[in-house]
Amino acid sequence: MRHIISILIENEAGALSRVAGLFSARGYNIETLTVAPTEDPSLSRMTLVTAGSDDIIEQITKQLNKLVDVVKVVDLSEAPHVERELMLVKVRASGKDREEMKRMSDIFRGRIIDVTETTYVIELTGTSSKLDSFIVAIDQTLILETVRTGVSGIGRGDRILKI
Amino acid sequence: MELTGAEIVVRCLQEEKVEHVFGYPGGSVLYIYDELFKQNQVKHILVRHEQAAVHAADAYSRSSIGKIGVALVTSGPGVTNAVTGIATAHMDSVPMVIITGQVPTAYIGQDAFQECDTVGITRPCVKHNFLVKNVKDLAETLKKAFYLAKTGRPGPVLVDIPKDVTAQKYAFSYPDSISIRSYNPVVKGHSGQIRKAVQLLVGAKRPMIYTGGGVILSDADQQLGKLTRLLGFPLTQTLMGLGAFPATDHQHLGMLGMHGTYEANMAMQHCDVLLAIGARFDDRVIGNPAHFGQVARKIIHVDIDPSSISKRVKVDVPIVGNVPDVLDELIAQIESSDRAALPGNIAGWWKQIEEWRGKDCLKFKQDDQVIMPQFVVQKLYEVTGGDAFITSDVGQHQMFAAQFYKFDKPRRWINSGGLGTMGVGLPYAMGVRFANPDAQVACITGEASIQMCIQELSTCKQFRLPVKIINLNNRYLGMVRQWQEMFHGNRYAESYVDALPDFVKLAESYGHVGMRIERPADVEPALREAFTRHKDDLVFMDFITDQTANVFPMVAAGKGLSEMVLAEDL
Ligand SMILES: Cc1cc2nc3c(=O)[nH]c(=O)nc-3n(C[C@H](O)[C@H](O)[C@H](O)COP(=O)(O)OP(=O)(O)OC[C@H]3O[C@@H](n4cnc5c(N)ncnc54)[C@H](O)[C@@H]3O)c2cc1C
Ligand SMILES: Cc1ncc(C[n+]2csc(CCOP(=O)(O)OP(=O)(O)O)c2C)c(N)n1
Ligand SMILES: [Mg+2]
Repeated sequence: MRHIISILIENEAGALSRVAGLFSARGYNIETLTVAPTEDPSLSRMTLVTAGSDDIIEQITKQLNKLVDVVKVVDLSEAPHVERELMLVKVRASGKDREEMKRMSDIFRGRIIDVTETTYVIELTGTSSKLDSFIVAIDQTLILETVRTGVSGIGRGDRILKI
Repeated sequence: MELTGAEIVVRCLQEEKVEHVFGYPGGSVLYIYDELFKQNQVKHILVRHEQAAVHAADAYSRSSIGKIGVALVTSGPGVTNAVTGIATAHMDSVPMVIITGQVPTAYIGQDAFQECDTVGITRPCVKHNFLVKNVKDLAETLKKAFYLAKTGRPGPVLVDIPKDVTAQKYAFSYPDSISIRSYNPVVKGHSGQIRKAVQLLVGAKRPMIYTGGGVILSDADQQLGKLTRLLGFPLTQTLMGLGAFPATDHQHLGMLGMHGTYEANMAMQHCDVLLAIGARFDDRVIGNPAHFGQVARKIIHVDIDPSSISKRVKVDVPIVGNVPDVLDELIAQIESSDRAALPGNIAGWWKQIEEWRGKDCLKFKQDDQVIMPQFVVQKLYEVTGGDAFITSDVGQHQMFAAQFYKFDKPRRWINSGGLGTMGVGLPYAMGVRFANPDAQVACITGEASIQMCIQELSTCKQFRLPVKIINLNNRYLGMVRQWQEMFHGNRYAESYVDALPDFVKLAESYGHVGMRIERPADVEPALREAFTRHKDDLVFMDFITDQTANVFPMVAAGKGLSEMVLAEDL
């Protein structure tokens, strides 16, 4: 099953490599990984999407907790949470495709943030599956490049990850 | 007062009451060596290869209570040579601090002379590591290193120090204590969980206690003895746990696992309540986990590292905590529980166990022609009164040592279990001897393993270390040969050890005493001579042993624990 794991970690050189190294050394998979400093600059927050059986997820959280730099670990998917991912898609947009691309972007609540005579860059935010759907919905041959941030997630209501 | 980084390093070692540092110099640690030279409190032990420095420091920790082994090596090749030693300590959770030199900060990343990414290379085989880029952080980082190494689940911690940092100056102050917000190991066990455990224990019909390295690492032998006698249960110990509970005690069924005794493995497989303490259900211990799971039993598991629990075998009552603390509470709760029915309940189980024990699974035949390796270990046990520190290398001789030297005290049995590193035996003996200056120390080894760190005979000469090397010379990579015999149709690919040196002459050329023992009748007299007349000498005892001896019982890889091959089956 897919799990979204949030990690508070000391914002120190090499912290990311400890997490990434743990996953490769133990053969766990990483679907997406995002990391940035928090409002407290001494801490970074990572969101990591992985998949595995309950036993594997239990080991992953235990192994993450064992890393000396890791302050807290939460499996967001255990309880209500929201998740978002941002995608930028550069598409060919000329002739009749131009109008159609604009229409699709609107349907998916995207924003066009760069315009040239022949291209658009569309910014899209949502769950990963929404972003996937957009890719499927538009004419594949018009896609020039895509870039995604990976998932960020946060617990709902008074579920708070802080020290 | 302002001190240089190098002075700070030495002052920190002094503050930590470090008496010995095992190391090897080189360009990037020269300032540190210069400071070591100027003082007498911390003694430096010059080895002949960095791997041996780390192994010696590792054994220094393993064989002592509260002393932490420290190794010091230079950047680049010094570090890469040290990696085997670090990984060895890591796999067995041994506390240790490794200080490594690094190229100057401005050169890092430039492919500088003798540069390597030390923190990157060692990251997967240390508990934690640091690169100190600023002299301001040096003292605190070293404090953290010692603290991390010895608390929680212990392990090696590495501190990488660029050369310029050892030359820069900063006001020295050593913190009295330290806390790390992201690191809070649990000490006390959860009382509710302990209560559940007690209910299972007092209600058991076929109970079993299974203990491991965690009991040794936490010096909980007193509590373990008390608990085991209080319950009257049978007990088995892993290779890493030997000595925590006396091997000569009737409640001890011997080691379990791949080369464990018949009675220990059968009892482990068939018990209804299992109390696991500081042991990690290793693949060499429980065999095939699916086969192990075929018998329904309740498992209670005490371990300080949550990730050791339910990793390979699902546990019913997890208790996260430090062994001595948890056992103290367990003992108190058992003492106040109603357990009058217990002895009657388990009488039948003991009867069954005695039947298994009656198989005498370790028996072997010693004729008057060829020396059996088991016989040498038996005689060594007798001659040393069972009271020596025994180090070993890796192979058949290691298993014979574990099976036939009956350890009654903890921290006497020093070997590499998790990584299984050939070459540790001699440097381990050095580390033991520095930590226990008057102790009898013997290294049980094989003609192949001993050659992996043989250069340390020179270190032993320089520091007058009267280690007794018990070389069980079967002219084979015996453990490999055994697998080839059993699983690869007797095709002995590359397992014959050809072109052996004359070990007697070799020992003599290093300035030691050498003996070759070829007949069973000479085994005991030779050992007596080594431990009396040559008490103060290093004696290299080359025992020419049976080439075909195999280690039994054996649970083949992937087989179930009760599917042992016994010597009598062949
Ligand atoms: C050739 C060869 C053959 C082998 N055959 C066998 C065999 O037949 N039988 C056998 O047993 N082994 C055998 N081994 C060794 C095996 O590979 C493992 O190293 C060993 O079984 C692990 O022992 P352990 O479970 O006691 O764990 P250790 O590696 O000693 O781990 C200790 C455990 O205790 C925990 N711990 C540490 N400190 C504390 C504390 N303060 N409080 C609570 N918990 C703590 C740790 O978290 C860890 O889970 C063999 C090795 C070799 C090289
Ligand atoms: C560094 C290293 N390389 C290879 C091995 C694999 N190995 C395990 S036991 C063994 C043979 C050891 O031979 P010897 O030291 O003569 O001991 P014996 O088994 O004959 O008693 C080998 C090669 C290992 N454990 N360590
Ligand atoms: Mg051999």
